[in-house]
Amino acid sequence: MSSARLPRKRFYRARAHSNPLSDSHFPVPNCPSEVDYSFHYPYFFPKDAPPAPKPKVRFADVGCGFGGMLVSLSPLFPDTLMIGMELRDKAFLLLLFLSLSLSLFINYAEYFISFTRSAHQVTEYVKDRIQGLRATNPGQYNNISVVRTNSMKYIPNYFEKGQLLKMFFLFPDPHFKEKNHRRRVVSVQLLDEYAYVMEVGGIIYTVTDVEELGDWMKSCLEKHPLFEAVGEEEIKKDPVVKLLTSATEEGQKVARNEGQTFMAIYRRVASKED
Amino acid sequence: MEESLVEESESGNACTDEAAPALIAVHPTESSVVVAVGSELRVFDLKEDCAVSPVDDLGGPHHSASIRAISFSFDGELFVSAGDDKIVKIWKTGSWNCIHTIQSEKRVSAVSISQDSGYVTFADKFGVVWIMSLKEDRDTKAVPILGHYCSIITSMKFSPDGRFIATADRDHKIRITVFPRNALKGAHEIQSFCLGHTDFVSCLTFVCTQDQSKGFLLSGGGDLTVRLWDYSNGTLLYTCALGNEAGILEASEIEENNKTAVTDICASSNGSLIAVAVQSYNGVMLLSCDFSARTLSCVKKVPMEKSYIPTSLALVSSKEHLWTVMGASNLSSSDLSNNKEQLLTRVRIVSFIQKDFSDACSRDPVLLEDSQVPGGEKLLMQLQGSLDAATQEAAFAAAAAAVRTSLQNMMIKKQYSVERRELRKRNRNDKKIKS
Repeated sequence: MSSARLPRKRFYRARAHSNPLSDSHFPVPNCPSEVDYSFHYPYFFPKDAPPAPKPKVRFADVGCGFGGMLVSLSPLFPDTLMIGMELRDKAFLLLLFLSLSLSLFINYAEYFISFTRSAHQVTEYVKDRIQGLRATNPGQYNNISVVRTNSMKYIPNYFEKGQLLKMFFLFPDPHFKEKNHRRRVVSVQLLDEYAYVMEVGGIIYTVTDVEELGDWMKSCLEKHPLFEAVGEEEIKKDPVVKLLTSATEEGQKVARNEGQTFMAIYRRVASKED
Repeated sequence: MEESLVEESESGNACTDEAAPALIAVHPTESSVVVAVGSELRVFDLKEDCAVSPVDDLGGPHHSASIRAISFSFDGELFVSAGDDKIVKIWKTGSWNCIHTIQSEKRVSAVSISQDSGYVTFADKFGVVWIMSLKEDRDTKAVPILGHYCSIITSMKFSPDGRFIATADRDHKIRITVFPRNALKGAHEIQSFCLGHTDFVSCLTFVCTQDQSKGFLLSGGGDLTVRLWDYSNGTLLYTCALGNEAGILEASEIEENNKTAVTDICASSNGSLIAVAVQSYNGVMLLSCDFSARTLSCVKKVPMEKSYIPTSLALVSSKEHLWTVMGASNLSSSDLSNNKEQLLTRVRIVSFIQKDFSDACSRDPVLLEDSQVPGGEKLLMQLQGSLDAATQEAAFAAAAAAVRTSLQNMMIKKQYSVERRELRKRNRNDKKIKS
């Protein structure tokens, strides 16, 4: 068996952009109950479990990239199920390798053969890696997983009303041109859907190194009647906030270049109507 | 075969090839009936027993391309029409005078008037729903209130209590949004998503129990099912599959083309009578809803002549007529007589002997002959454009095929091979301009 090294990202260069407007070519569940979470989180869905209430995904990282945030969050909230959503296929591929779950990988193997020309070599390589990682990190990272999807279109297909406690939008594509603003992952209209899948009191975290996008995301959240800014004090106390810039690959890059980041952290509040 | 379909639609000019289905709408008290075909609005006043031509004294533009959506307001005072020419026209039904013309940025796929007639909403091809107040001055502008992200909205209806707005899209989704008191600020609170259709959703209609204590939603779609929803929480209560259930559609009626969709659905408000039009069935299917058991069942099929496949249905709860129309924007009677180019449609009416629809079993639907229709020849002349429309079988068969192809092209996601997709990426418009 080869030595236990993580697959290296530079071999899996992802495209920087993917068009969220185009029709999708990956399978999409019809409704949340159709998503089989037992293969995403086999540890939390033991086969002989009583038909008790099933655990639900509570955190979602939208546009999770290479999954740095999930990997950092996982030990902080070991009992919380988290999912990363990524549209770009190559980033998703690497994520699968990182997901450390052999069963998950095997379930997906056939599905992503279509993406990889050298699927067979990759499969062999990843099998070795995952076995190595499992040996070195027993019992860890059982609560994280990823799906390849377009979260701008299919969020309600994955989550029920009020299911999520935290949503992350970390260093999203800025889409500078005005005609492409509708491709931005945070917009007043999309916030309707994010508000729907979030529990009242849940928190939405956004961060970017592009000031213009930072202002945009903040103004969208500010305008939206179902979101309210989280207070300074609370932000300071929140252990997750530090991770926004330190845990993600993009954040580390910004820190290396001593760039600025712009955060907007908002809470889902109940409707004021009636 | 799928590939060839893609090739075809790419080579031809999509805009000119599209055949828009003819639509029909009936005033809530059945005092008038409207057929929209192509860019024409054909109105017949049943009370006065005469044809009416809508006029625009304000000098706004008339419809110049296919009308895609029409609707009466709940009280029948107003009527709205919109379509591919990107304009939304609101008419007063007393005088059939246009009171507003709204310019949309994109083609319009669905329109509706709020329950209190205070607002008009229209959905554009980008999946954005716009609203304009009808209470205030003339110069108010339409503002966006909600969006289905980049998905064509196929149907938009207000709940009878006015509290919700339901929008259906081609991505299998139905969104139920709370309609706020100040709607101009946007409708941000989603009540539920009704998810379960496995293909595009084509039509919606609300029904409620006799005492109006509990409302339900009915939807039809490209998966050839009619579904019953509790829209307050998005629960799918019942799925009535029209295809495989023996006795509803015969095998011979669906197999000629494996892809067939529910095109329209309309219901009496108490749900005892639900009429469904299906792309491959020459007639209408009548379903009935049992609210206590929360089921749908097929009561009867009303077959019509061989090539008559209704493209739109209309029903008024208090009256005994089910109105159906068939036609397409590219169907003209050029071979009839060479006078002016006239778009051809065919109107058929099903009559129910019993005035109330409460007793589903003993109801007896009768397909009215042309001589029996209310309004008689005058009505048929106005709505159909010709009296001998019934003889144009070949033309109607062609129209049915055109409407079906056009719907499929619009709704079905094109599946390309990997190579083709790469080729398309290389030939994208924005890249062409650069080189």
